[in-house]
This record gives sequence, structure tokens and C-alpha cells, in this order.
Amino acid sequence: MGKEEQFDTATQSVEASGYKVVGTRPIRPDGIEKVTGRANFGADCNLPGMLVGRIIRSPHAHARIVSINTDKALALAGVKAVVTSADFPEIGPKARGAGEAPVSFRDMSRNIMARDKALYDGHAVAAVAATTAAIADQAAALIEVEYEVLPHVLDAREAMKPDAPLLHDDLFTKGLDPKPETPSNVSQRFEFGIGDTAAGFAAADVIVEHDFTTQCVHQGYIETHACVANTTEDGMSTVWASSQGQFMVRNYSATVCGMDITKVRVMPAEIGGGFGGKTTVYLEPVAIMLSKKAGKPVKIVMNREDVFRATGPTSGGHAHAKIGAKKDGTITAGELTMEYEAGAFPGSPVQFGCMTGYAPYDIENVKAVGFDVVVNRPKVAAYRAPGAPVAAFAVESALDELAKKLGMDPIALREKNAATEGTQAAYGPKFQRIGYLETLQAAKNHPHYSAPLGPNQGRGVASGFWFNIGGESSAAMHVNEDGTVEVVTANPDIGGSRASMGIMAAEVLGIDVSQVKPLIADTASSAYSMLTGGSRVTFAVGKAVCEAADDVVVQLRERAAKVWDVDIEAVEWKDGAAINTKSDSGESLSLKAIANTAGKTGGPISGKANINATGAGPGFGTHICDIEVDPETGRSSVVRYTAIQDVGTAIHPSYVEGQLQGGAVQGIGWALNEEYIYDDKGCLQNGGFLDYRVPVASDLPMIDTVLVEVPNPGHRFGVRGVGEVPIIPPLAAVANAVAAAADVRMTDLPISPPKLLAAIDGAK
Amino acid sequence: MAKHHVATTINGDPVEYLCDTEQTLLDVLRDNLQLTGSKEGCASGDCGACSVTIDGRLVCACLVLGVEADGCEVGTIEGIAEGDSLHPLQQHFLQDAALQCGICTPGFIVAAKSLLERNPNPTETEMRYWLAGNLCRCTGYDKIITAVTNAASELRGE
Repeated sequence: MGKEEQFDTATQSVEASGYKVVGTRPIRPDGIEKVTGRANFGADCNLPGMLVGRIIRSPHAHARIVSINTDKALALAGVKAVVTSADFPEIGPKARGAGEAPVSFRDMSRNIMARDKALYDGHAVAAVAATTAAIADQAAALIEVEYEVLPHVLDAREAMKPDAPLLHDDLFTKGLDPKPETPSNVSQRFEFGIGDTAAGFAAADVIVEHDFTTQCVHQGYIETHACVANTTEDGMSTVWASSQGQFMVRNYSATVCGMDITKVRVMPAEIGGGFGGKTTVYLEPVAIMLSKKAGKPVKIVMNREDVFRATGPTSGGHAHAKIGAKKDGTITAGELTMEYEAGAFPGSPVQFGCMTGYAPYDIENVKAVGFDVVVNRPKVAAYRAPGAPVAAFAVESALDELAKKLGMDPIALREKNAATEGTQAAYGPKFQRIGYLETLQAAKNHPHYSAPLGPNQGRGVASGFWFNIGGESSAAMHVNEDGTVEVVTANPDIGGSRASMGIMAAEVLGIDVSQVKPLIADTASSAYSMLTGGSRVTFAVGKAVCEAADDVVVQLRERAAKVWDVDIEAVEWKDGAAINTKSDSGESLSLKAIANTAGKTGGPISGKANINATGAGPGFGTHICDIEVDPETGRSSVVRYTAIQDVGTAIHPSYVEGQLQGGAVQGIGWALNEEYIYDDKGCLQNGGFLDYRVPVASDLPMIDTVLVEVPNPGHRFGVRGVGEVPIIPPLAAVANAVAAAADVRMTDLPISPPKLLAAIDGAK
Repeated sequence: MAKHHVATTINGDPVEYLCDTEQTLLDVLRDNLQLTGSKEGCASGDCGACSVTIDGRLVCACLVLGVEADGCEVGTIEGIAEGDSLHPLQQHFLQDAALQCGICTPGFIVAAKSLLERNPNPTETEMRYWLAGNLCRCTGYDKIITAVTNAASELRGE
């Protein structure tokens, strides 16, 4: 399906749905600021008298901090403050934050500023604020840190060995019975499953089994972390920061700094990409503390190398998949064992990997076991469908091998075993209405799937599943006297969500989208909203926006009822106007007319909704990838790519397509190029975009998309989260295409040219 | 060390500034002149978020020293629109949804404008290689290529 046909399909579905605004493609409300350079991102905020902050970081992968001497730095003219972990309160192990995954504030505090030990190359150990960048750099070099270097460990399986260097002497593996008596690097063992896999494998005609390895990869947002903090004598701190949640920054920073939450006010900057990586804090508490000590505003901007060394990434690790099936393709059992590198503190997404790997399939016997392992790498952060891509790489690669052994088409094999409404997922719930099968059918029928391939080219398919979430969300809506409406939410717009909020508000109010102005409020100007993550904003915050609009509509009807002197029940709301059903002439008052006279009918009109959204709809996607392998160099090039996904209902189809395209390309980078490379001392060797190579424009073809729309029954417009699913299928889709093109099964990512060349040569 | 006095032209207007020897043009634009439309994504010339032109040549402002701009004509994202009318590239980036987070957008628009001034009718491959020095992590480049294609067509009067 070409781009234009795709556009038409979406337009038709708008007409069929009866929606007037949902499904259209208006220009985003924040667009002009962003194409003219006016939009203010994290590093664009400047205050009078502002100081420049710098973080001093460990050059060692694992070292005891013997002493820190800041005297020389403090003596330098222009230096206004120095902080170390001694300036932050010691936080106990029980302090936990709510969110997509619970966080340990003790670990967060120790990640922000190392205490006792530096646990990875780049771990912050001190910070300085000075009047200029040059003085701050000089001062940073004058801070003397004495280290006792310790042995380090980087790989999950190495770190699990009994003689491995121990990161934390108080870490005892959870999820084991009996509880272990000695500490280890394994923070937790997870297990999910149904049925009896041994019986399932005994009933199988064919079994495939492979071991897979992936490397640590970074989210790679183009905007580095940045913030300004202004702590004043009254103990208040105002923070301007780019993040995936101003309330997250407020609550985390206040906790780490030992402040009351109301003492921190966070002003959300535009966010230059996050992908999960900006769901935590690194700089903000440090800037707050430096500003407190210096009595002046402090700005800290991370450089790119520090972003790679000390933020993000997501886990690399190992996965072992074993799948058994009958001759007809019925899968009888699936097992998955995974060890993920969490970085320096517990909390890899291995649990989500275990839950999602087999979720697209209706299998009677499933067992998934995961180990969360600490290693001397930066503490991982969320990255788009955290944990799922590596699990899907293993399962979907194994399924490709299974299809080959059975002589079955890989889509047909998936169709035969696809989860549908009512399927019991191995991780717990029974699925409601889902659209996985529809994505497989769309893939099979897509011209891409039957297009001829050239020499050295191969085609791969793979699928993916993600939960999607709801959560606490707020929206407020103010009706202005000229009939325009402000829609105030408190979630950063990471990829066009203002446009979606505006569309949903306009649809419910029945007015033109140009009359709606979506705004993003700071923490003192809005009720709490959970961070932007889990593909939740268009679904959950969108739900709050719809309910705030309902609230406004009720008030508009009340005002009209007052004007007409009728009961509110006699007033209907249709196409942006109140209709008097008691009037024979069809008397009506437009939103604008009611707004214009609001002063006379009771004062300002505004609505709100504060909810904890439930009913998030799971998402499924299926991708088709064509790869051409250069047999001389081992280079794999993506020559055609189609991403198909059940998106529920696309509120603004262009930005939904954009999620599919961007996620697919991040997955392609993960499959082919991206990896953290360390030297033998455990120091990162490729902390820059030259050597950590994310896909560039010349690496790629156009990325075709098909938006399958199976509405989510949990949202009035049928919205499903769409942002995370697209990064799940590409790893295996690429590997399966390489397998078809070069006749070698690559189980170790990235599929870099030397690795593939060696595999091709080895197979000869 | 004393600061350097630099006299330059930025987006057509005469501008004078004082800068340190080690300050990059990007630092000067952002910190001294508050022209924050050019972004720092890497400070090593790898991401293109700070793309500007110097005497018509496309460069990364993070790889140029502030003093090097002396006597030159500098073009930045702030000078692309004329008055209140957007450049066709800006218009098509909006219409074609070629931005998600928007941090790379100024660099892409400056770089694409530079391409179209040299080659008004580039092929997709020519666009992709010209823009290979500009990183976008959100879009997968698809809609950026569409926007540049459509802007080129409009600029050719088609």
C-alpha cells in the first residue's frame, strides 16, 4: 500500500467512524515554534546571574572512593559551590516511588552522586558551580578524588558466577526459595508461565532451541539532559528541565534532596527526545543543591559523552529460547530464560521481557525465567517497551527457524498460533479485543510480502506485543469569552501529543480544532499527572481531556438552560452548540455565544478531570523487512521495510505513522549497528555519535506503515498506546531477513559487517 | 586572556560580539547572542543539530570558532522565515509531520535549504546523503524526506 492509499484509508475510516476531528491531520499547535527555532528546550533556559554547573565523574568502572578533596577547586576565583554525596541526605532502602516500575530512592540518590563506591565509568562523584563554563571546567579538574580501583564485571553471565566481583555487599537475590544467605550480583529471579512445558515438548514433533546475545544500547535522544535550578533563601527551588514528566522531576528531586514536595516547582521545557530515557533524574537534584549552596541559579547541561556514560541505556543480555510444535504448526511449548544487565543498581526490564516474549501467542505451556543482574555499567533506564525487544528477538528468531523446519510460511505459523480475544496470556490476564491477527492478515496481503527479491536479498517478518498503561492523569479546560478553549495538561509533548489532546477536545466539544489551544502546565499550575511513558498519554491523558470536555459541555448546557429558562435535560449539545429541544424553531446557542455571555449567566466556564485511567488496550505489531547483504563486506542494508500495527484508533494518523517509523528505525539500529563497547578496564570506548552509530538518513529506505484500527473498548475513541510496540519486532525482522539473504542465523546483536562476514565464511 | 572583538553579519544584520578564543560559534550564538535555535546535540560535528551557514557554506557551528566568523555572513534557523511568512521547508515540515520532538528540526531545515539552493531537484538518494550528517532519532527520516521533496517541488514552482 502506497503512502497516498494509506492516507485515503485513514480519511475513509474517519468518515465511516462519524468523527469530525479524530483521524484528521491538522498542523500541530506547537509546530511553528519548533520549525523556527523559538521553542525552548532544556538547555535554552537562561536566568540572570546564572552559574554553570559541571559534574565530576569516575574514570573507573569499579572503585572505592577513599577521599574527595575540594579545597583547591573552592579556592579558585569564580567558583561558588561544590557538592558531593555528603551534601545529600542518606536515604533508607525502603523509600520507593510509584510509577511504571517502582524505583528505589536509595539507589537513585546513589546513582546521582556516588557514595562510598563508584560503580561504573562515568558515575558522578562531585559537582561544581562557577561563574563561567571555563572556570567550572578548571575547577572540575582541581577536585581531587582518591580511588582504590576494584575488579569490575560487565557481562550478566559473568556477574552471576560465584567468584565475580561483587557490586553491593547487601544485595541478596529475591525470588529464590530458600532465601540466599550470601550476597550476589543477581538482584531478583522472575518466573512466569502456564501449563507444563516438559509435557509440551514431549508432545512436539519439532523443537528449535537457540541462545541469543544482545548488547547494551542507548535511547540516543538528540537533546542531552539539561536543567536550571534556582533555589532561594526561603528554601524554594524552581527547576526548568527537559524530562518525561515535570511531576516526576519534582517528586524525585525533592525526595533525593530531602525537601518537601511543595518546595520544588518544575517548569517543563520542551523535550528533545526521551524514549523512556528521561523518566528519571540525574542533574536536577545536583543543580538544586549547588544553587542552594551558591545562592544563585545553576544550569547544568550534560555533554554527549556523559549522556552515553551515565544515562540511559537499556539492558544488554542473554536469552535462551526453546519452542516445540506439531507438524501442523501448533506450538506445544515455549521456554525463555533471560539474564539482563541492570547496570550498577537493580532494575533491568527482564521481568517485562519474560512477560512479553510469548504474549502474541496462544500456547498451552509456557515458562519464562528472568534474572536481573547488576554489573559495572550505567544504571539502565526505560527504553521504548523496556525488556520486550530482546525477548522478541529470541522468540521471533526461533519462530522463524521453526517455520523453516516445518516448511511453513512464517506468517501462517504465527496466524495458526496467534492470541485473540479470550486467549489466556502466560503472564496473567485474558486478552480482551486485540488486533494481532489483523496485523498478520494485513502483512500477508501487503504487496511488500509478495514483491520479488533481488540477488543477495532476503525477507524477514516478526511480531511484537506491549501492554500499554493508563495511570493518574489530569486535564483542565478553560473557555475564553471569544469561544476559544485552552486545554491544560501536565505531560510533556514528546512527539505531537498536544495535537492529539487538541483533536480529542475539539471532537467532544464539537468545535473546530483551530479554536482549541493545548498547553502544558508546570507542577504548581496543574493537578498531578504521571509521567509520559508506557504509551499512556494519548490514551490516559486523552481520557482526562475528554472528561474535562464533558464537564465543560454540562456547564455550557446549564448556561443555555438558564438563558432559555428550561430544565438542563431539555438542552442537548450537538456540533458545538446547545439545542433547546423544547423550542419548535430549534433554538440554539453556539459555544461562542454562551462563552461571550458567561459573565451574565454565572461567571467563567472551566472544566476539569482528575482520573486514574484504566482500560489500556494492548498493542501488537508485525513488521516485514527486506535486507540486502553485501557478501564481500558483510554489510546488511535495509532495502524495504513495512511496519504494521493495531493502533486502536489513530487520533492524528501522521503522528501515529511517525511512531511506527521512528520505532522501527531505532530497532533497525539496535539490530545492525548499535552497541556499547568497553575496554579491558571497563571504560566506555564509543561515547559519541561517531562511534556509537545510530541510523542516518542514507542508511534507510522509506518506512511504509499500515495502521490497523481495532478500537480499544477501554477508550471512547478506541485509542491504544502506539509508541512502544514499533521497536519490538525489528530486531528479529532484520535477523530473519539476514538469515534469508545470507543463509546464516545471527544470534548475536548487532549484526555488524565483520560478525556477519565471519558467519558467512564459517558457513561455507 | 582578553576577549576577541568579532564583527560579523547574522541573518543579514550586522552583529558585533566579544568572545573567548576557545568559544565555538555555537557557544557564541547560544550563550552570547541568545540565538538558541541552533542546538548542541554532540559538540563533535556528528549530529548536525547546530547546522548553520557561513558565507553560504553549510557547517556545524560546534566545529567553528566564534572568532572565525569575523567578516563572514552567518545564516541560522532564526533567519529562515521572512517576516511572518514561513519558508516552504518550514511549511512542509509542519504539513508533513516531519518532526516529533523537534530538537533536530532547525538543523534539518538549515541543511535542507542549503541542499535545495545547490540542487533544486534532488533525488531521494541525494537528499538522504546530503542529510546524512543530521541525526533524527524520532522519525526514522521518512517524513523528513517527504517534506523536503514537497518543499523542493513548491520552490520549483510545481
